[in-house]
Amino acid sequence: MFRFIGRRILETIPVMLIIITGTFFMQRFVPGGPFTAEKAVTPEVLRNLEAYYHLNDPLWKQYTDYVWDLCPKRFHPLALANGLDLKAAFGIDFRPSFKYPNRTVNEIIADKLPVSLELGGWSLLVALGLGLPLGILAAVKRNTWIDYVCSSLAMTGICVPTFVLGPLLVLAFAIHTGWFEASGWYSPIDRVLPCLTLGNFYAAYIARLTRGGMIEVLHQDYIRTARAKGASEARIILHHALRGGLLPVVSFLGPAVAGILTGSFVIETIFQIPGLGREFVNSAFNRDYTMVLGTVILYAGLIIVLNLVVDIVQVWLNPRLKFE
Amino acid sequence: MVSLSPRNLPSPPPVPEPAEGGHSLWTDAWRRLRKNRLAVAGGIVVLTLFLLYFIGPFFSQHYEEQNLDLGASPPGAAHWLGTDTLGRDLFARLLYGGQISLTVGLIATVVALAIGVTYGATAGFSGGKTDTVMMRIVDIMYALPFTIFVILLMVFFGRNIFLLFLAIGAVEWLTMARIVRGQVLSVKRMEFIEAARTLGFGRRRIIFRHIIPNVLGPVIVYTTLTIPSVMLLEAFLSFLGLGVQPPMSSLGVLIKNGADSMEEYWWLLVFPAAIFSLTLFSLNFLGDGLRDALDVRASKD
Repeated sequence: MFRFIGRRILETIPVMLIIITGTFFMQRFVPGGPFTAEKAVTPEVLRNLEAYYHLNDPLWKQYTDYVWDLCPKRFHPLALANGLDLKAAFGIDFRPSFKYPNRTVNEIIADKLPVSLELGGWSLLVALGLGLPLGILAAVKRNTWIDYVCSSLAMTGICVPTFVLGPLLVLAFAIHTGWFEASGWYSPIDRVLPCLTLGNFYAAYIARLTRGGMIEVLHQDYIRTARAKGASEARIILHHALRGGLLPVVSFLGPAVAGILTGSFVIETIFQIPGLGREFVNSAFNRDYTMVLGTVILYAGLIIVLNLVVDIVQVWLNPRLKFE
Repeated sequence: MVSLSPRNLPSPPPVPEPAEGGHSLWTDAWRRLRKNRLAVAGGIVVLTLFLLYFIGPFFSQHYEEQNLDLGASPPGAAHWLGTDTLGRDLFARLLYGGQISLTVGLIATVVALAIGVTYGATAGFSGGKTDTVMMRIVDIMYALPFTIFVILLMVFFGRNIFLLFLAIGAVEWLTMARIVRGQVLSVKRMEFIEAARTLGFGRRRIIFRHIIPNVLGPVIVYTTLTIPSVMLLEAFLSFLGLGVQPPMSSLGVLIKNGADSMEEYWWLLVFPAAIFSLTLFSLNFLGDGLRDALDVRASKD
C-alpha cells in the first residue's frame, strides 16, 4: 500500500510538468499580452515592465527559471498555520502578478483560496449529507412512493443546475422574503445560499449513484446470507451493503470535487464571493500569465491529490480491486 | 453488463446468425422501454421540443427583431412570454436559443462518442502497459481545469461556435472512454469470451461479435445522458461569457441575461430556466429509461 501511494506521488511529477508546460506555452502563443490595454503605456514604461518580468529573456530561459521557482525547496508545513503562504512553507514561488504588480500570486492565493475551499467544503458536506440518505432510502424502499419521491428529487437537482438554481434562490429568498443577503461573504448566514446551490447539484448525482450501487449490492448473495443469519435490517444496510454500495459514489467523488472546485466560478460570480475561482477567470481574460499558471497549478495539484485519496478509499472499500 | 440473450453466446463458426429473430437484446429492450411511462413521456417531450426548436422558428417572429419602444413587456397576448429589454420576443428567442443549445449538445456528443469509444475500446482491449499509459493520459486530462483550455481555444480561433463543439466534445470524451474501457475490461474477462478464445476465434471476431454488442448498451445509454450534460456545459460556459456569443443566442445566454435583470423582469429568468430544465428533464428520463431497458441485470426483479 505504501509502495502504491509512493508510486502514485512520483507519477504526479510528470503530470504536473505536462500541465505546467502546456499552460505556459499555450498562453504565450495566444495573441495579446498582459500589457495590451486600451490605454497604451509609454515605451520606457513597457521596457521597464518587460525587464521586471524577465520578458526579454529567451522563452526557454523564462520557462526553466519559472519551473525552478516552482520547485519545492524546503519543508516547513507548520508555517502554513500563520496563513497559506506556500513560499514560506515549501519554497514554491508563483512570482508577482502581472495585473497587480505590487502583489505576488502567492499572496493572492493565500487571500482567496481559503474562501473557495470553505465554499467547496460546505458544499461537499451538503452534497453528501443530502445525497447519501436520499439514495439509501430510495434503494431500500425500491419501487415504492418513497423511492419515486427521492428519485424525482434527485432528477430535479440535476436538471436545475447551479446557474439556474442560484438566481432563483436569490430571487425567492433574498429579494422577495429578505431572509438572506443577495450577495456577499461576511456572516455565516451568507454561506447558506451559495453552499446549498453548489451542493445540491452534486447531492443529486450522489443520490442516484448511491441508489444504483445499493440496489446492485442488495441483490447479492452475501446479503441474503446476512438476512438468513438473522441480522437486523439496519445492520444489513449499514454494515454489509453500504460498503459495496458506496463504491460508485467514491469513484464519482474525484470528478465531483473537481467539479465543485471549478463549479465555484459560477457561484462566486452569482453571489459575489471573493474566491479564487473568480480571480482565475478574470486572470485568464487579463492574460495575467503568472496568475493563470499559479491557479491552474494549484487546481491541478488539488485535483490530483484528491483523486489519489479517492483511489485509496476505493481499494479500502473493495479489496478485490487491489493496488494494481 | 451481463447480457443473457442468445446473440452473445459464441455460435459455431460456419452457421450464420439468424437476422433479428425471436427475442434479441434489442426487441426485449424496446418492449421494456415502452412499459416505462416516464421514459416514453420523456421521449415524447424530447421529440416535441425537437420539432419546436427546429421548425418553430420558421413560423415565429425573427429572434433578432427589435421593438425598442416596447422595451421589456410582461407576458401577454401579443408576446406570449413577454419581451426582453430590447423589445425582442422571448418566445422566438427561446426557440432559437433552444435550437443552438440542442445542436451544440448533439454535435459535441457525436465528437465525444467517436473519440471516447475508439480510445476506451483500444485501451481496454490492449490491456497491460498500453492501457496504463492511455488511462494515465485520461487522468491527466481530467486534472486539467478545462475552463482555461476552453478560454485559450476561444482566444486562439476567435469565439467560434464550432470550436465550442470541439472543446466540449474534447472534454466529454474522457468519461465515455472510461466507461467503454471499464466495460471492455469486464466483458473481456467473462467466460463466454474465454470460450470464444478456446474455440479459436480470431481477435477481430471476438472484438466485433462478442465484445462490442455487450458494450453497446451502456454506450447508447451514456450517449443519451451526455447530450444533457453537454447542454449543461454549454450553458455553464455561456453563463461565464465564454460560450455562444451575441448575436447568436442559446438557453445559457438567455438564462444569464435573465439573471442579470431578474429583479425587475422575472419572466426573463423564469421562462428560459423552465424550458432549459424541461429539456434536461426529458432527455434524462429518456436516458434512464434506456438504461433500465438495456441493462438486463438491473431490471431483473
